[in-house]
Amino acid sequence: MILIIEQILNGLQLGVMLFLMAAGLTLVFGIMNLVNLAHGALYMVGAYLATYFFQATGSFVLGVALALAGTLAVGILTELVALRTLYERDHLDQVLATFGLILIFNELIAMLWGRAAIYSALPEYLQGHLEIAAGLRYPLYRLLIIVVGLAVAAALWYVVVRTRLGMLIRAGASNRTMVAALGINIRLLYTVVFGFGAALAGLAGIMAGPIYAVQPGMGELVLIQVFVVIVVGGIGSIRGALAGALIVGLVDTLGRAFLKPFLATVTTPSAADAAGPALASMLIYLLMAVVLALRPEGLFASRG
Amino acid sequence: MLLHKAVLAGLVAGLFAAAPALSQQKVKIGFITTLSGPQGVIGNDMRNSVELALDHLGRKMAGLPVEIIYGDDQVKPDVGKQVADEMLKKHQVNFVSGVIWSNVMLAVSPTVTGAGTLMVGTNAGPNQLAGKDCNERHFTTSWQNDQTPEAMGKYMQEAGINDVYVMAPNYAAGKDMLNGFKRYYKGRIVDEVFTRLGQTDYQAELSQLRAKNPKAVFVFYPGGMGISFLRQYSEAGLRGQFPLYSVYTVDELSIPAVKHAALGQLETRYWSPDLKNPANQKFVGDYQKKHGRPPSFYGAQSYDGMMLIDSAVRAVKGNLADQKGMIAAMRKADFNSTRGKFSYNTNHHPIQNFYLLKAVAGPSGKDPVMEIQKTVFANHRDSFYKECAMKW
Repeated sequence: MILIIEQILNGLQLGVMLFLMAAGLTLVFGIMNLVNLAHGALYMVGAYLATYFFQATGSFVLGVALALAGTLAVGILTELVALRTLYERDHLDQVLATFGLILIFNELIAMLWGRAAIYSALPEYLQGHLEIAAGLRYPLYRLLIIVVGLAVAAALWYVVVRTRLGMLIRAGASNRTMVAALGINIRLLYTVVFGFGAALAGLAGIMAGPIYAVQPGMGELVLIQVFVVIVVGGIGSIRGALAGALIVGLVDTLGRAFLKPFLATVTTPSAADAAGPALASMLIYLLMAVVLALRPEGLFASRG
Repeated sequence: MLLHKAVLAGLVAGLFAAAPALSQQKVKIGFITTLSGPQGVIGNDMRNSVELALDHLGRKMAGLPVEIIYGDDQVKPDVGKQVADEMLKKHQVNFVSGVIWSNVMLAVSPTVTGAGTLMVGTNAGPNQLAGKDCNERHFTTSWQNDQTPEAMGKYMQEAGINDVYVMAPNYAAGKDMLNGFKRYYKGRIVDEVFTRLGQTDYQAELSQLRAKNPKAVFVFYPGGMGISFLRQYSEAGLRGQFPLYSVYTVDELSIPAVKHAALGQLETRYWSPDLKNPANQKFVGDYQKKHGRPPSFYGAQSYDGMMLIDSAVRAVKGNLADQKGMIAAMRKADFNSTRGKFSYNTNHHPIQNFYLLKAVAGPSGKDPVMEIQKTVFANHRDSFYKECAMKW
């Protein structure tokens, strides 16, 4: 029982990381109709900047703040310089151009920090474990990730549902032409949305730094799962991104943990050994296929 | 028009006629490795070591100047084969060397040896090339893939360690590593877990591992996977709880990224920077001076590759047309290897020692370093040489 609770926490933690990535990506996709493969590059930029600023300032909090501002700036700059010209193009052009951006970002990072993975430290006070219940010790840092992720989700909900900016974002996702016709500066809205999306991806990267390998190309490893999340959740919907991320996080984690032992109870152990790992790594894609078959627009589609 | 064609044909013929004569004046070596992408860090270490070897040789072999051509395989077998073809046809190299990945090697080596050129592998050791597909033109200065996990299996078997929890990525090499391990380890295995290739988060697996309460853990997580795994292993507080044994997971390239999370890690390997022999001390010392950090085993065996080629060219006194003579010379492994003296088995794979290494605290404030604890295998032969039909 304790093991199941622990694995659910693990799933939640993976889910909120995916959510931070997916939130930005789904907004950019839903509102600007832009397929941005380079979203993972911003995650990488966040991880590198946080590592760099933490080392330079000696303060983890300050490092995180500077890295967030830095990723926001990089995101806005990318939008102004490169992506602006792509909105009117078709998806294939966008895929090609943003794939090019991935290569550029990876090489830039390799030039600045080298190709080898770099060491990204965790401050002393975030190491160690917290006793949640008897027999259930959970890493403090991972709990913090869950808390930060859920807090960001709540803040995003507030912005999207309760503020004027959020209204414009929702309106933009539903009908861009109409929003523009009503006199809203859609270009500015795009820049703002992209910048915030970048900062969220950066935040995911910042939190990933101390537990994953910080190296060029680290963003592409998570990007595929993030695409699964937004397809499951429904493109353009923050609510969908949150639901999709938590579902994907939980399904992936619980599948990896329990599928093999479960299969062993219904078939032979050797068959479970062979099928378990393969099936566990396919599980989220199977889930996506089922969602696409039953609800092609995703669980929480934003467009009618 | 016709005249033009004739002149052109004449020119082309002239070029071809001149080409062999020109190439005789140089030793041309094509070195294939991975220079782009995250894995480029390995290729970079290999290239640094090849350059250092050539510096030590005065950039000459048997008085002939050496020309080295680097090729990037991008971790793709088809690209590796393409690069090899270009080296063979356009550059007309005398040797092809390098290659990190087994799947790339299985594409490159037959291309090279089939074209009648010598292949000196400096990393990948797939069992096919040590066994039934061995070739007299193929040599390796590293190891056969299974040898390293075999050494760890033997060590853990002899140490009487039972209830081992085993983890590896779910792909061909991951399974090979476990097979090699189990060839010598006969104790109880609590569970075998295969994770997705390129996985970054291992928390779910680590929770399962803790629940099973094994006596020890054996893993194979190369590259970035190893960095993520080690950091999460020690962050989850398992480092003190379950001793961690591994192959190809902790090395000089990953230690700077994991630092103290590597402390106490046990690995088996045929080479270590602290091996005491003059060739190794010169290699490690000069590498450290030039690049400000210690070389990795990838570098050591690439350095050895150049030295092996040099020994062959010297034996035939620079007569590169005498391939039989060069093969005979290489079979003697008559050069100062960074691993110390070793010999070649009938399948052109080394018969060599394997050691148990431990990551220990480095000199004040520096990163941990790998240190030899004991010899696990003396003169270890790979498990496939009997399937190789070659006799000499």
